Amino acid sequence: MASVDVTQPARRPFSGRRVHLGDVLLQGVAGLAAAGASALVLLIAWKVVDGARPSISKYGISFVWHVVWNPVVGREAYGAGSFLFGTVITSFFALLLATPLAIGIALFLSELAPNWIKAPVTALVEMLAAVPSVVIGLWGILVLGPALRSHIETWLHSGLGWIPLFGAPSAAGASLFTAIVVLAIMILPIVSSISRELFLGVPHELKEGALALGTTRWEMVRGVVFPYARGGIAAALILGLGRAMGEAIAVTQVIGGGVFIHWSLFSQGDTLASKIAAEYQGATSNLDIASLIYLGVILLALSLLANLTAQWIVRSVARQHGVTRGGHA
Amino acid sequence: MSAHDLAGPAMRIDRLPRRRAVNRLMELIAWLAALIAIAILGFVVYSVARRGWSELNLNLITKPPIPFSFTNAPQGLSNAFAGTLVIVGIATLMALPVGILVAIYLNEFAPASIRNAVGIALDVLAGVPAIVIGIFVYGLLVVGGGGQSGIKGAFALACLMLPFVARTTIEVLALVPNSLREASLGLGIPQWRTTLSIVLPRAIGGILTGTVLAVARVAGETAPLLFTSSLVGPQTSWNPTHALQTVPLAIFELSESPDPKDHARAWAAAFVLLVFILVASLTARWLAMRNARKIAGR
Amino acid sequence: MSTIQETMSEPSIKVETRRQPMPPRDRLETVFDVKDLDAIYGKKAAVKGVDMEIYKNLVTAIIGPSGCGKSTYIRCFNRMNDLIPGFRQTGTIRYHGQDICGTTVDPVAVRRNIGMVFQRPNPFPKSIYDNVAWGCRVLGMKNNLDERVERALTQAALWDEVKDRLKASGLSLSGGQQQRLCIARAIAVEPDVVLMDEPASALDPIATQAIEQLMHELKSQYTFVIVTHNMQQAARVADMTAFFSISRGGEGERYGELIEYDATEKIFTAPSDKRTEDYVTGRFG
Repeated sequence: MASVDVTQPARRPFSGRRVHLGDVLLQGVAGLAAAGASALVLLIAWKVVDGARPSISKYGISFVWHVVWNPVVGREAYGAGSFLFGTVITSFFALLLATPLAIGIALFLSELAPNWIKAPVTALVEMLAAVPSVVIGLWGILVLGPALRSHIETWLHSGLGWIPLFGAPSAAGASLFTAIVVLAIMILPIVSSISRELFLGVPHELKEGALALGTTRWEMVRGVVFPYARGGIAAALILGLGRAMGEAIAVTQVIGGGVFIHWSLFSQGDTLASKIAAEYQGATSNLDIASLIYLGVILLALSLLANLTAQWIVRSVARQHGVTRGGHA
Repeated sequence: MSAHDLAGPAMRIDRLPRRRAVNRLMELIAWLAALIAIAILGFVVYSVARRGWSELNLNLITKPPIPFSFTNAPQGLSNAFAGTLVIVGIATLMALPVGILVAIYLNEFAPASIRNAVGIALDVLAGVPAIVIGIFVYGLLVVGGGGQSGIKGAFALACLMLPFVARTTIEVLALVPNSLREASLGLGIPQWRTTLSIVLPRAIGGILTGTVLAVARVAGETAPLLFTSSLVGPQTSWNPTHALQTVPLAIFELSESPDPKDHARAWAAAFVLLVFILVASLTARWLAMRNARKIAGR
Repeated sequence: MSTIQETMSEPSIKVETRRQPMPPRDRLETVFDVKDLDAIYGKKAAVKGVDMEIYKNLVTAIIGPSGCGKSTYIRCFNRMNDLIPGFRQTGTIRYHGQDICGTTVDPVAVRRNIGMVFQRPNPFPKSIYDNVAWGCRVLGMKNNLDERVERALTQAALWDEVKDRLKASGLSLSGGQQQRLCIARAIAVEPDVVLMDEPASALDPIATQAIEQLMHELKSQYTFVIVTHNMQQAARVADMTAFFSISRGGEGERYGELIEYDATEKIFTAPSDKRTEDYVTGRFG
């Protein structure tokens, strides 16, 4: 007579296998992937330093500021000085050129633009961000460079040629100046997109509070929007700077190539990234190659610095604004 | 639009006219900056589109290049288009699974401290310049082990894609509501099964969008391929164990040439590349919209 | 008639009599004269056909159920609805005889004289001092800034609590303190009118009481218009009370309408309209 014994609890295997094989496998494999991705950065750093070793051991840290680059066998000498100069100058001026335009566009899109303009202009900015650097470089060589040379460079040189910055116009438009303009165009979309999101992210009750006092729109932007977005904008600028420093292809297409430091913006030159790209096929001796890779080490260090600074700013701003929201006692 | 000052008791004018003027000035400056920026952007896009369109012809895709050709024999960049398809394809196959796995680990398993640390590592990886990635893969794979190849080039591109794919996948996984996970776990289904059969399918739309965007971005990258897949011949090859030509690299080389016929081909190739990227971006956006609607409708 | 009187003999709201009696009607000065005001979002009207006069140095309360357009209505007085796309209004609002709604009127000038305190405290992420001083600076009241700040904070009953930490962030204050900071900020620029959109709804009873006390003390200097969903609060602070409710029009549209506007005492003890009576006795809303 089968009867249900109600005094005994239903037996189910609660004890026994607590850990599923599938869980272990998935977590293990996925964890491995995550570890690998994290290790990748370290691997990159290590491999790049390793490749530069012959040059590092030969020149040490003075490589960084020595202005020389002579691959001729028998008189080989290498140094990063002129290219570091090129990187700093082009990136700095590109940021200087792009920032007011980027903030202007971002303010325009977030505060001023009538609705029917917003969508197409935003799309245009995003489209520009999607253009590959080699295409911008192509446009730079064939369209921008000659145009800059015949219009702006000649004009600036004839009018203000006594300022060392404005030397003789370059041949065919390949110059630091063209590279600066190209870089500015390339970082404009990034900086303006991030800025626009920051401006849109200012809580609208803060803006209302300011306007209700009887301030004008500009006074509200200056007093509430800018201070609120300040940290994020700084991070955006640094990201743009990092992008400009690391751009190799478009820069090498328009910068002309040169080893020595000239003060004129219209002279030819090279940046760390563009020098590497320019010499990739030409380098033969081990020292030459190692020195090129040493340039890469310096570039990597600069990029990491910019990237980590930007990240740090973003995280501390997020914390600050987190306090803002949850401030009520 | 003349402004009307309120007059009467307790009405204040203060420095209102001057403040209004400053406001108007700032407005004008913002409009001006926007117009300049729009003009530049528009000019770039228009410039490339116009020249590219006029040079466009079918030979570009069907005919291989003829080096040192002094005749007007039709030539194109068929090797580059084939190579790009192969290399970008392989890169996607490399980056996608790893990216998804990383995202799964971070979102479903990892404690907060590890999530932070790996997040930082991913962001740092995203900031490494493409040319440094090229040097890295060169040192890692090309120098010792047998020269350039399409696969090594694909690996370099995959390193570029990885942080992007991982980030977008994390965001999409985070959007999957926890109630779904709890429902599955509550039924006694183990976590691995929940993740693979419930969470992941729900996130597929977003993952697809992110992948398309990553492909669009990486199809135009030149620098990493300089050291890994650049020593190529003119013949069209689909074999990734050899170095393959790619479209961006071809444009790069053609742009440095003094021959205007080469420039023409460069513009045409640039146009095709741009159109591809534009179509990919629009597709990604359409996918994202459709995905959002599907989830909202469910 | 007798039924109303019977029901009204035991008012469900006790009307406090600690406030001073209002001056007689003919001695009241009109601050706002609203005529036939419609406020419309897109296609939907929020309020329709409002006629009322708001008087100087009184506290005027606007009460009514949710969705009757009270907030929209009060925001018409300082042109804050301009910030919302798709908004338009018809009818007129005259402020001391001047139209403030026309397209030639500068909203910035309007808001200079008519300040607002919002439902949720929204202090700037600046120091306590700067929260109050910023408006003064920008609007050109730069002299004696310290005095202005102290006076505003004192009037807002906040000075004693913050005088030793003026440099601390405004966000470090409690909710009730933040709201008083917002009030100080508003009165520091010496407006004529202060609009309050449910200023105490996010606050605890003690903070609420502080704010009500404030209105009471300051109304000799300012004119207050306050929106509140809390009838007892209106009964406590307001001299005049306007009751809005939701009406239905043709085609199923719903909009807010001014039902009755009178001295608070009358509204709560002997309202003329049945809808008012239903609301204040708690029968609905």
